[in-house]
Amino acid sequence: MARKLGEQIPYSEITPKSVYLNRRAFLAAAPAAFMGARALLAAPRFQTRRSPLSTSEPPTAQQYVTHYNNFYEFGTAKDDPAENAALFKTSPWSVSVDGLVKQPRKFTMDELLKLAPLEERVYRHRCVEAWSIVVPWVGYSLGALLRQAQPDPKAKYVAFESYYDPKQMPLARESGIAFPYVDGLRLDEAMHPLALLCVGMYGEALPPQDGAPVRLVVPWKYGFKSIKSIVKIRLVETQPPCTWNIANSREYGFYSNVNPNVDHPRWSQAKEQRLPSPFKNHATQMFNGYGDQVAGLYSGMDLKKLF
Amino acid sequence: MLKSRPLKALIFAVCLAPAAWLGWRIWRMDLTANPLEFITHFTGDWTIRFLVITLAVTPFRKLLRLPDLIRFRRMFGLFAFFYACLHFATYLWLDKLFDVPEMVKDIGKRPFITAGFAALVCIAPLAATSTAGWIRRLGGRRWRLLHRLVYVSAAAGVAHYYWLVKSDIRLPALYGLLVALMLALRLVPGVRGSAAPRKPAAGSAYCGSPASTGSERGLS
Repeated sequence: MARKLGEQIPYSEITPKSVYLNRRAFLAAAPAAFMGARALLAAPRFQTRRSPLSTSEPPTAQQYVTHYNNFYEFGTAKDDPAENAALFKTSPWSVSVDGLVKQPRKFTMDELLKLAPLEERVYRHRCVEAWSIVVPWVGYSLGALLRQAQPDPKAKYVAFESYYDPKQMPLARESGIAFPYVDGLRLDEAMHPLALLCVGMYGEALPPQDGAPVRLVVPWKYGFKSIKSIVKIRLVETQPPCTWNIANSREYGFYSNVNPNVDHPRWSQAKEQRLPSPFKNHATQMFNGYGDQVAGLYSGMDLKKLF
Repeated sequence: MLKSRPLKALIFAVCLAPAAWLGWRIWRMDLTANPLEFITHFTGDWTIRFLVITLAVTPFRKLLRLPDLIRFRRMFGLFAFFYACLHFATYLWLDKLFDVPEMVKDIGKRPFITAGFAALVCIAPLAATSTAGWIRRLGGRRWRLLHRLVYVSAAAGVAHYYWLVKSDIRLPALYGLLVALMLALRLVPGVRGSAAPRKPAAGSAYCGSPASTGSERGLS
Protein backbone atom coordinates (compact mmCIF):
# COMPACT_ATOMS: atom_id res chain seq x y z
CA MET A 1 0.00 0.00 0.00
CA ALA A 2 2.87 2.38 0.53
CA ARG A 3 6.33 2.95 -0.81
CA LYS A 4 9.46 2.35 1.15
CA LEU A 5 11.36 5.46 0.19
CA GLY A 6 13.57 6.57 3.05
CA GLU A 7 12.32 4.65 6.04
CA GLN A 8 12.76 6.52 9.30
CA ILE A 9 13.47 5.78 12.91
CA PRO A 10 10.10 4.94 14.41
CA TYR A 11 8.83 7.54 16.87
CA SER A 12 8.11 4.81 19.33
CA GLU A 13 11.83 4.39 19.74
CA ILE A 14 12.28 8.08 20.44
CA THR A 15 9.26 8.62 22.63
CA PRO A 16 8.65 5.93 25.22
CA LYS A 17 5.46 4.17 24.40
CA SER A 18 3.23 3.55 27.35
CA VAL A 19 0.29 1.34 27.97
CA TYR A 20 -2.33 4.04 27.58
CA LEU A 21 -2.72 3.17 23.93
CA ASN A 22 -5.68 1.10 22.97
CA ARG A 23 -3.95 -1.50 20.90
CA ARG A 24 -7.09 -3.27 19.92
CA ALA A 25 -8.45 -0.12 18.35
CA PHE A 26 -5.28 0.31 16.36
CA LEU A 27 -5.33 -3.26 15.16
CA ALA A 28 -8.89 -2.83 14.00
CA ALA A 29 -8.31 0.52 12.36
CA ALA A 30 -5.18 -0.23 10.43
CA PRO A 31 -4.81 -3.90 9.61
CA ALA A 32 -2.52 -3.24 6.70
CA ALA A 33 0.62 -2.11 8.32
CA PHE A 34 2.07 -3.96 11.22
CA MET A 35 5.51 -5.35 11.45
CA GLY A 36 5.74 -9.05 12.20
CA ALA A 37 7.27 -9.71 15.56
CA ARG A 38 6.48 -6.26 16.93
CA ALA A 39 2.79 -6.66 16.29
CA LEU A 40 2.01 -7.86 19.78
CA LEU A 41 4.14 -5.23 21.46
CA ALA A 42 3.44 -2.08 19.52
CA ALA A 43 0.70 -0.46 17.52
CA PRO A 44 0.73 -1.14 13.80
CA ARG A 45 3.00 1.14 11.86
CA PHE A 46 2.48 2.79 8.52
CA GLN A 47 5.06 2.61 5.79
CA THR A 48 5.34 6.17 4.61
CA ARG A 49 7.55 8.40 2.58
CA ARG A 50 8.44 11.75 4.00
CA SER A 51 6.76 14.55 2.11
CA PRO A 52 8.84 17.50 0.92
CA LEU A 53 6.04 19.65 2.38
CA SER A 54 7.33 18.73 5.85
CA THR A 55 8.93 21.23 8.17
CA SER A 56 12.35 20.41 9.57
CA GLU A 57 11.30 21.58 13.03
CA PRO A 58 11.44 18.84 15.67
CA PRO A 59 8.12 17.13 16.37
CA THR A 60 6.44 17.60 19.73
CA ALA A 61 6.67 14.55 22.01
CA GLN A 62 3.94 12.09 21.12
CA GLN A 63 2.77 11.83 24.73
CA TYR A 64 1.79 15.50 24.71
CA VAL A 65 0.00 15.36 21.38
CA THR A 66 -2.08 12.40 22.58
CA HIS A 67 -2.90 13.88 25.99
CA TYR A 68 -3.69 17.49 25.21
CA ASN A 69 -6.72 17.57 22.96
CA ASN A 70 -9.65 19.74 22.09
CA PHE A 71 -12.26 17.16 21.13
CA TYR A 72 -15.40 18.38 22.87
CA GLU A 73 -17.39 15.27 21.97
CA PHE A 74 -15.31 13.57 24.66
CA GLY A 75 -15.21 16.39 27.23
CA THR A 76 -13.98 19.96 27.36
CA ALA A 77 -10.85 19.53 29.50
CA LYS A 78 -7.66 18.92 27.56
CA ASP A 79 -7.01 15.56 29.20
CA ASP A 80 -10.62 14.36 28.85
CA PRO A 81 -10.44 12.95 25.30
CA ALA A 82 -7.46 10.67 26.00
CA GLU A 83 -9.48 9.10 28.78
CA ASN A 84 -13.00 9.19 27.40
CA ALA A 85 -12.31 8.31 23.77
CA ALA A 86 -10.29 5.20 24.61
CA LEU A 87 -13.16 2.88 23.68
CA PHE A 88 -14.41 4.95 20.74
CA LYS A 89 -15.50 2.46 18.07
CA THR A 90 -13.86 3.41 14.79
CA SER A 91 -14.36 0.20 12.86
CA PRO A 92 -16.21 -0.32 10.62
CA TRP A 93 -15.94 3.22 9.25
CA SER A 94 -16.86 4.88 6.01
CA VAL A 95 -16.82 8.38 4.59
CA SER A 96 -19.38 9.55 2.07
CA VAL A 97 -18.44 12.07 -0.60
CA ASP A 98 -21.48 13.54 -2.32
CA GLY A 99 -23.30 16.74 -3.22
CA LEU A 100 -22.22 18.53 -6.38
CA VAL A 101 -20.10 15.68 -7.75
CA LYS A 102 -20.37 13.39 -10.75
CA GLN A 103 -19.46 10.27 -8.78
CA PRO A 104 -20.99 10.40 -5.31
CA ARG A 105 -19.89 7.43 -3.25
CA LYS A 106 -18.99 5.99 0.11
CA PHE A 107 -15.41 5.05 0.87
CA THR A 108 -14.64 2.37 3.42
CA MET A 109 -11.63 2.97 5.65
CA ASP A 110 -9.78 0.23 3.74
CA GLU A 111 -10.42 2.02 0.48
CA LEU A 112 -9.29 5.33 1.94
CA LEU A 113 -6.03 3.79 3.12
CA LYS A 114 -5.31 2.52 -0.39
CA LEU A 115 -6.52 5.49 -2.38
CA ALA A 116 -3.13 7.19 -2.56
CA PRO A 117 0.37 6.55 -1.23
CA LEU A 118 0.63 7.50 2.43
CA GLU A 119 3.02 10.32 3.17
CA GLU A 120 4.46 11.61 6.37
CA ARG A 121 3.83 15.35 6.64
CA VAL A 122 5.44 17.12 9.55
CA TYR A 123 3.32 20.23 10.01
CA ARG A 124 3.16 23.06 12.48
CA HIS A 125 -0.24 23.01 14.17
CA ARG A 126 -1.44 26.31 15.64
CA CYS A 127 -4.45 26.34 17.94
CA VAL A 128 -6.65 29.42 18.14
CA GLU A 129 -5.85 29.34 21.88
CA ALA A 130 -2.31 30.56 21.10
CA TRP A 131 -0.38 27.33 21.52
CA SER A 132 1.29 25.29 18.83
CA ILE A 133 2.79 21.88 18.29
CA VAL A 134 4.67 20.11 15.50
CA VAL A 135 3.11 16.84 14.42
CA PRO A 136 4.25 14.18 11.95
CA TRP A 137 0.88 13.37 10.38
CA VAL A 138 0.28 10.47 8.01
CA GLY A 139 -2.02 10.81 5.03
CA TYR A 140 -2.29 12.31 1.57
CA SER A 141 -3.69 15.44 -0.02
CA LEU A 142 -7.44 15.78 0.40
CA GLY A 143 -7.62 16.63 -3.32
CA ALA A 144 -6.83 12.99 -4.16
CA LEU A 145 -10.07 11.94 -2.52
CA LEU A 146 -12.16 14.81 -3.89
CA ARG A 147 -10.96 14.15 -7.44
CA GLN A 148 -12.27 10.58 -7.19
CA ALA A 149 -15.75 12.01 -6.81
CA GLN A 150 -15.25 14.44 -9.73
CA PRO A 151 -16.51 17.79 -8.45
CA ASP A 152 -19.11 19.55 -10.53
CA PRO A 153 -18.13 23.02 -11.85
CA LYS A 154 -20.92 24.46 -9.71
CA ALA A 155 -19.25 23.27 -6.51
CA LYS A 156 -17.57 26.16 -4.68
CA TYR A 157 -17.22 24.85 -1.13
CA VAL A 158 -16.66 21.60 0.72
CA ALA A 159 -18.67 20.81 3.85
CA PHE A 160 -17.36 18.31 6.39
CA GLU A 161 -19.17 16.54 9.19
CA SER A 162 -17.79 14.60 12.16
CA TYR A 163 -19.22 11.41 13.53
CA TYR A 164 -21.60 11.96 16.41
CA ASP A 165 -23.11 9.32 18.66
CA PRO A 166 -24.50 10.60 21.96
CA LYS A 167 -24.19 7.08 23.40
CA GLN A 168 -20.45 6.97 22.81
CA MET A 169 -20.07 10.69 23.51
CA PRO A 170 -22.24 11.37 26.55
CA LEU A 171 -20.19 14.43 27.55
CA ALA A 172 -20.85 16.21 24.26
CA ARG A 173 -24.16 17.60 25.47
CA GLU A 174 -22.47 19.46 28.32
CA SER A 175 -19.83 21.11 26.16
CA GLY A 176 -21.91 24.11 25.13
CA ILE A 177 -21.51 23.64 21.36
CA ALA A 178 -23.82 21.88 18.90
CA PHE A 179 -23.09 18.47 17.40
CA PRO A 180 -22.37 16.88 15.03
CA TYR A 181 -19.33 19.08 14.56
CA VAL A 182 -19.30 20.63 11.10
CA ASP A 183 -16.80 22.74 9.24
CA GLY A 184 -16.01 23.80 5.72
CA LEU A 185 -13.44 25.02 3.25
CA ARG A 186 -13.59 26.81 -0.04
CA LEU A 187 -13.05 24.25 -2.83
CA ASP A 188 -9.74 25.80 -3.89
CA GLU A 189 -8.53 25.60 -0.28
CA ALA A 190 -9.60 21.98 -0.06
CA MET A 191 -7.79 21.17 -3.32
CA HIS A 192 -4.56 22.78 -2.12
CA PRO A 193 -1.83 20.13 -1.81
CA LEU A 194 -1.14 21.15 1.82
CA ALA A 195 -4.69 20.23 2.90
CA LEU A 196 -4.20 16.75 4.28
CA LEU A 197 -6.61 13.86 4.63
CA CYS A 198 -5.00 12.35 7.69
CA VAL A 199 -5.19 8.75 8.91
CA GLY A 200 -2.25 8.61 11.28
CA MET A 201 0.49 10.33 13.22
CA TYR A 202 3.91 9.37 14.50
CA GLY A 203 3.86 6.53 11.99
CA GLU A 204 0.79 4.94 13.55
CA ALA A 205 -2.95 5.00 13.13
CA LEU A 206 -4.61 8.05 14.70
CA PRO A 207 -5.47 7.46 18.33
CA PRO A 208 -9.17 8.06 19.06
CA GLN A 209 -8.54 11.31 20.92
CA ASP A 210 -6.73 12.82 17.93
CA GLY A 211 -9.61 12.21 15.54
CA ALA A 212 -9.49 8.54 14.55
CA PRO A 213 -9.79 7.04 12.10
CA VAL A 214 -9.67 9.88 9.58
CA ARG A 215 -9.45 13.64 9.98
CA LEU A 216 -8.48 16.76 8.16
CA VAL A 217 -5.29 18.76 8.74
CA VAL A 218 -5.23 22.27 7.31
CA PRO A 219 -1.92 23.59 8.63
CA TRP A 220 -2.34 27.25 7.69
CA LYS A 221 -5.59 27.58 9.63
CA TYR A 222 -6.34 27.42 13.34
CA GLY A 223 -6.60 23.88 14.65
CA PHE A 224 -10.37 23.76 14.98
CA LYS A 225 -10.66 23.90 11.17
CA SER A 226 -8.93 20.49 11.06
CA ILE A 227 -12.11 18.51 11.68
CA LYS A 228 -11.82 15.12 13.38
CA SER A 229 -13.41 11.71 12.82
CA ILE A 230 -14.98 12.61 9.47
CA VAL A 231 -18.02 10.72 8.15
CA LYS A 232 -19.46 13.08 5.55
CA ILE A 233 -17.94 15.27 2.86
CA ARG A 234 -20.30 17.23 0.67
CA LEU A 235 -19.53 19.60 -2.19
CA VAL A 236 -21.82 22.59 -2.18
CA GLU A 237 -22.42 25.91 -3.86
CA THR A 238 -22.65 28.22 -0.85
CA GLN A 239 -20.51 28.70 2.24
CA PRO A 240 -21.24 25.83 4.63
CA PRO A 241 -21.84 26.27 8.37
CA CYS A 242 -18.94 25.83 10.82
CA THR A 243 -19.48 24.79 14.43
CA TRP A 244 -17.33 27.42 16.14
CA ASN A 245 -18.57 30.13 13.82
CA ILE A 246 -22.13 29.22 14.83
CA ALA A 247 -21.16 29.19 18.51
CA ASN A 248 -19.51 32.62 18.34
CA SER A 249 -19.20 34.36 14.99
CA ARG A 250 -17.40 37.35 16.50
CA GLU A 251 -14.53 35.16 17.64
CA TYR A 252 -14.33 32.44 15.00
CA GLY A 253 -14.61 33.28 11.32
CA PHE A 254 -15.22 30.95 8.40
CA TYR A 255 -11.67 31.28 7.15
CA SER A 256 -9.80 31.27 10.47
CA ASN A 257 -6.43 31.52 8.78
CA VAL A 258 -3.58 31.83 11.25
CA ASN A 259 -2.95 35.57 11.37
CA PRO A 260 -0.77 37.34 13.95
CA ASN A 261 -2.33 40.68 12.98
CA VAL A 262 -5.92 39.76 13.78
CA ASP A 263 -6.44 39.23 17.48
CA HIS A 264 -8.96 36.92 18.96
CA PRO A 265 -11.27 39.32 20.83
CA ARG A 266 -10.04 37.85 24.12
CA TRP A 267 -6.35 37.43 23.46
CA SER A 268 -3.58 38.48 21.12
CA GLN A 269 -2.61 36.13 18.31
CA ALA A 270 0.80 37.74 17.78
CA LYS A 271 2.61 35.14 19.89
CA GLU A 272 2.20 31.52 20.74
CA GLN A 273 3.57 28.86 23.04
CA ARG A 274 5.42 26.07 21.34
CA LEU A 275 4.40 23.28 23.68
CA PRO A 276 5.59 22.11 26.12
CA SER A 277 7.37 25.43 26.66
CA PRO A 278 5.71 27.43 29.43
CA PHE A 279 6.50 30.73 27.74
CA LYS A 280 4.36 32.48 25.15
CA ASN A 281 7.43 33.70 23.32
CA HIS A 282 7.19 32.18 19.87
CA ALA A 283 6.22 34.68 17.16
CA THR A 284 3.16 33.54 15.22
CA GLN A 285 3.68 33.55 11.47
CA MET A 286 1.18 34.65 8.85
CA PHE A 287 -0.66 31.56 7.57
CA ASN A 288 1.31 29.66 10.23
CA GLY A 289 4.40 29.95 8.04
CA TYR A 290 2.72 28.48 4.94
CA GLY A 291 2.21 31.85 3.27
CA ASP A 292 4.52 31.09 0.35
CA GLN A 293 2.22 28.24 -0.64
CA VAL A 294 -1.23 29.54 0.28
CA ALA A 295 -1.22 33.36 0.29
CA GLY A 296 -2.31 33.31 -3.35
CA LEU A 297 -5.63 31.76 -2.36
CA TYR A 298 -6.54 34.99 -0.61
CA SER A 299 -5.16 37.70 -2.89
CA GLY A 300 -7.37 40.75 -2.90
CA MET A 301 -9.24 39.67 0.24
CA ASP A 302 -9.36 41.82 3.36
CA LEU A 303 -8.27 39.23 5.91
CA LYS A 304 -9.15 41.54 8.78
CA LYS A 305 -12.78 41.38 7.73
CA LEU A 306 -12.78 37.83 6.40
CA PHE A 307 -10.91 36.42 9.39
CA MET B 1 -11.96 23.70 70.06
CA LEU B 2 -12.00 26.30 67.30
CA LYS B 3 -9.83 28.46 69.48
CA SER B 4 -6.92 26.05 69.68
CA ARG B 5 -3.67 27.17 68.15
CA PRO B 6 -2.75 23.78 66.70
CA LEU B 7 -6.03 23.79 64.77
CA LYS B 8 -5.20 27.14 63.29
CA ALA B 9 -1.75 25.89 62.31
CA LEU B 10 -3.30 22.80 60.76
CA ILE B 11 -5.75 24.85 58.72
CA PHE B 12 -2.92 27.09 57.62
CA ALA B 13 -1.01 24.03 56.39
CA VAL B 14 -4.08 22.73 54.56
CA CYS B 15 -4.54 26.08 52.83
CA LEU B 16 -0.92 26.02 51.77
CA ALA B 17 -1.14 22.46 50.45
CA PRO B 18 -2.27 23.40 46.91
CA ALA B 19 0.71 25.73 46.57
CA ALA B 20 3.00 23.00 47.86
CA TRP B 21 1.49 20.55 45.39
CA LEU B 22 2.05 23.02 42.57
CA GLY B 23 5.62 23.55 43.72
CA TRP B 24 6.17 19.80 43.65
CA ARG B 25 4.74 19.55 40.12
CA ILE B 26 7.03 22.36 38.97
CA TRP B 27 10.02 20.72 40.63
CA ARG B 28 9.22 17.47 38.85
CA MET B 29 8.50 19.33 35.58
CA ASP B 30 5.20 17.48 35.54
CA LEU B 31 3.03 20.26 34.19
CA THR B 32 1.08 18.68 31.31
CA ALA B 33 1.70 19.63 27.70
CA ASN B 34 0.81 23.23 28.47
CA PRO B 35 2.49 24.43 31.69
CA LEU B 36 1.22 28.00 31.28
CA GLU B 37 -2.38 26.87 31.06
CA PHE B 38 -1.96 24.35 33.88
CA ILE B 39 -0.43 26.81 36.33
CA THR B 40 -2.83 29.59 35.34
CA HIS B 41 -5.91 27.43 35.81
CA PHE B 42 -4.59 25.85 39.00
CA THR B 43 -3.86 29.16 40.72
CA GLY B 44 -7.04 30.76 39.37
CA ASP B 45 -9.18 27.88 40.63
CA TRP B 46 -7.71 28.18 44.12
CA THR B 47 -8.19 31.95 44.15
CA ILE B 48 -11.91 31.71 43.47
CA ARG B 49 -12.27 28.81 45.91
CA PHE B 50 -10.64 30.80 48.71
CA LEU B 51 -12.79 33.81 47.89
CA VAL B 52 -15.89 31.65 48.28
CA ILE B 53 -14.55 30.12 51.51
CA THR B 54 -13.77 33.60 52.87
CA LEU B 55 -17.24 34.82 52.02
CA ALA B 56 -18.72 31.75 53.68
CA VAL B 57 -17.24 32.50 57.10
CA THR B 58 -19.60 35.32 58.13
CA PRO B 59 -22.89 33.59 57.27
CA PHE B 60 -21.79 30.19 58.53
CA ARG B 61 -20.54 31.34 61.89
CA LYS B 62 -24.05 32.63 62.48
CA LEU B 63 -25.98 29.81 60.89
CA LEU B 64 -23.90 27.14 62.60
CA ARG B 65 -23.60 29.14 65.81
CA LEU B 66 -19.83 28.91 65.64
CA PRO B 67 -18.77 32.50 66.27
CA ASP B 68 -15.13 31.47 66.60
CA LEU B 69 -14.99 30.65 62.91
CA ILE B 70 -14.11 34.31 62.57
CA ARG B 71 -10.58 33.42 63.64
CA PHE B 72 -9.99 31.93 60.21
CA ARG B 73 -11.52 34.60 58.01
CA ARG B 74 -8.43 36.74 57.68
CA MET B 75 -6.32 33.67 56.92
CA PHE B 76 -8.69 32.53 54.17
CA GLY B 77 -8.83 36.02 52.70
CA LEU B 78 -5.04 36.27 52.69
CA PHE B 79 -4.80 32.91 51.00
CA ALA B 80 -7.23 34.10 48.32
CA PHE B 81 -4.92 37.05 47.78
CA PHE B 82 -1.85 34.79 47.83
CA TYR B 83 -3.23 32.53 45.08
CA ALA B 84 -4.42 35.59 43.14
CA CYS B 85 -0.85 36.92 43.22
CA LEU B 86 0.52 33.61 41.94
CA HIS B 87 -2.14 33.67 39.23
CA PHE B 88 -1.24 37.21 38.22
CA ALA B 89 2.49 36.50 38.35
CA THR B 90 1.98 33.52 36.01
CA TYR B 91 0.19 35.76 33.54
CA LEU B 92 2.73 38.56 33.79
CA TRP B 93 5.75 36.28 33.52
CA LEU B 94 4.85 33.31 31.32
CA ASP B 95 2.13 34.85 29.17
CA LYS B 96 3.30 38.47 28.90
CA LEU B 97 7.04 37.95 29.55
CA PHE B 98 7.00 41.09 31.75
CA ASP B 99 5.93 43.21 28.81
CA VAL B 100 4.09 45.76 30.93
CA PRO B 101 2.83 48.01 28.08
CA GLU B 102 1.42 44.91 26.41
CA MET B 103 -0.24 43.93 29.69
CA VAL B 104 -1.76 47.38 30.12
CA LYS B 105 -3.14 47.12 26.59
CA ASP B 106 -4.63 43.75 27.46
CA ILE B 107 -6.27 45.11 30.58
CA GLY B 108 -7.81 47.99 28.68
CA LYS B 109 -8.92 46.00 25.67
CA ARG B 110 -10.12 42.62 26.87
CA PRO B 111 -13.05 42.53 29.28
CA PHE B 112 -12.10 39.23 30.88
CA ILE B 113 -8.65 40.52 31.74
CA THR B 114 -10.11 43.83 32.91
CA ALA B 115 -12.37 41.88 35.26
CA GLY B 116 -9.57 39.69 36.56
CA PHE B 117 -7.32 42.66 37.16
CA ALA B 118 -10.14 44.53 38.89
CA ALA B 119 -10.67 41.53 41.18
CA LEU B 120 -7.00 41.62 42.15
CA VAL B 121 -6.93 45.38 42.63
CA CYS B 122 -9.98 45.14 44.90
CA ILE B 123 -8.49 42.62 47.32
CA ALA B 124 -4.97 44.03 47.44
CA PRO B 125 -5.90 46.83 49.91
CA LEU B 126 -7.83 44.33 52.00
CA ALA B 127 -4.74 42.17 52.34
CA ALA B 128 -2.69 45.25 53.20
CA THR B 129 -5.14 46.39 55.90
CA SER B 130 -5.83 42.97 57.36
CA THR B 131 -3.91 43.54 60.59
CA ALA B 132 -5.30 44.65 63.94
CA GLY B 133 -3.22 47.80 63.67
CA TRP B 134 -4.99 48.82 60.49
CA ILE B 135 -8.40 48.16 61.99
CA ARG B 136 -7.45 50.56 64.77
CA ARG B 137 -6.05 53.15 62.41
CA LEU B 138 -9.07 53.10 60.11
CA GLY B 139 -11.68 52.57 62.77
CA GLY B 140 -14.09 49.66 62.68
CA ARG B 141 -16.74 51.36 60.61
CA ARG B 142 -14.42 52.55 57.84
CA TRP B 143 -12.50 49.28 57.89
CA ARG B 144 -15.72 47.31 57.44
CA LEU B 145 -16.80 49.53 54.59
CA LEU B 146 -13.46 49.10 52.86
CA HIS B 147 -13.55 45.36 53.29
CA ARG B 148 -16.88 45.11 51.52
CA LEU B 149 -14.71 45.38 48.41
CA VAL B 150 -14.36 41.63 48.74
CA TYR B 151 -17.88 41.35 47.31
CA VAL B 152 -16.80 43.32 44.25
CA SER B 153 -13.67 41.23 43.96
CA ALA B 154 -15.57 37.94 44.06
CA ALA B 155 -18.11 39.15 41.50
CA ALA B 156 -15.33 40.38 39.21
CA GLY B 157 -13.54 37.07 39.67
CA VAL B 158 -16.60 35.16 38.55
CA ALA B 159 -17.03 37.44 35.52
CA HIS B 160 -13.35 36.91 34.70
CA TYR B 161 -13.85 33.14 34.71
CA TYR B 162 -17.17 33.27 32.85
CA TRP B 163 -15.77 35.42 30.05
CA LEU B 164 -12.70 33.26 29.74
CA VAL B 165 -14.29 29.93 28.86
CA LYS B 166 -15.03 29.16 25.24
CA SER B 167 -18.31 27.33 25.59
CA ASP B 168 -18.50 25.13 28.67
CA ILE B 169 -19.82 27.51 31.34
CA ARG B 170 -20.56 24.96 34.06
CA LEU B 171 -17.71 25.78 36.42
CA PRO B 172 -17.93 29.58 36.26
CA ALA B 173 -21.69 29.24 36.67
CA LEU B 174 -21.15 27.11 39.77
CA TYR B 175 -18.82 29.67 41.36
CA GLY B 176 -21.24 32.42 40.39
CA LEU B 177 -23.99 30.59 42.22
CA LEU B 178 -21.81 30.03 45.28
CA VAL B 179 -20.81 33.68 45.48
CA ALA B 180 -24.43 34.74 45.02
CA LEU B 181 -25.47 32.33 47.75
CA MET B 182 -22.88 33.68 50.19
CA LEU B 183 -24.04 37.22 49.53
CA ALA B 184 -27.73 36.26 49.71
CA LEU B 185 -27.21 34.58 53.09
CA ARG B 186 -26.14 37.95 54.45
CA LEU B 187 -29.65 39.20 53.80
CA VAL B 188 -31.06 36.64 56.23
CA PRO B 189 -31.95 38.51 59.43
CA GLY B 190 -29.34 37.95 62.13
CA VAL B 191 -26.65 36.72 59.74
CA ARG B 192 -24.96 40.02 59.08
CA GLY B 193 -22.04 40.75 61.30
CA SER B 194 -23.49 43.87 62.85
CA ALA B 195 -26.21 41.88 64.59
CA ALA B 196 -23.67 39.70 66.31
CA PRO B 197 -23.97 39.45 70.07
CA ARG B 198 -20.25 39.98 70.41
CA LYS B 199 -17.87 42.20 72.21
CA PRO B 200 -18.65 45.88 71.75
CA ALA B 201 -15.32 46.69 70.13
CA ALA B 202 -16.45 46.69 66.54
CA GLY B 203 -13.07 46.05 64.98
CA SER B 204 -12.13 43.03 66.99
CA ALA B 205 -15.60 41.56 66.63
CA TYR B 206 -14.95 41.57 62.93
CA CYS B 207 -11.52 40.22 62.67
CA GLY B 208 -11.46 38.02 65.72
CA SER B 209 -8.52 37.92 68.03
CA PRO B 210 -6.05 40.66 67.20
CA ALA B 211 -3.26 38.27 68.09
CA SER B 212 -1.69 37.50 64.77
CA THR B 213 0.12 34.26 64.13
CA GLY B 214 2.85 36.12 62.36
CA SER B 215 2.92 33.59 59.56
CA GLU B 216 -0.12 35.29 58.08
CA ARG B 217 1.77 38.50 57.69
CA GLY B 218 4.30 36.76 55.57
CA LEU B 219 1.58 36.33 52.98
CA SER B 220 0.30 39.82 52.72
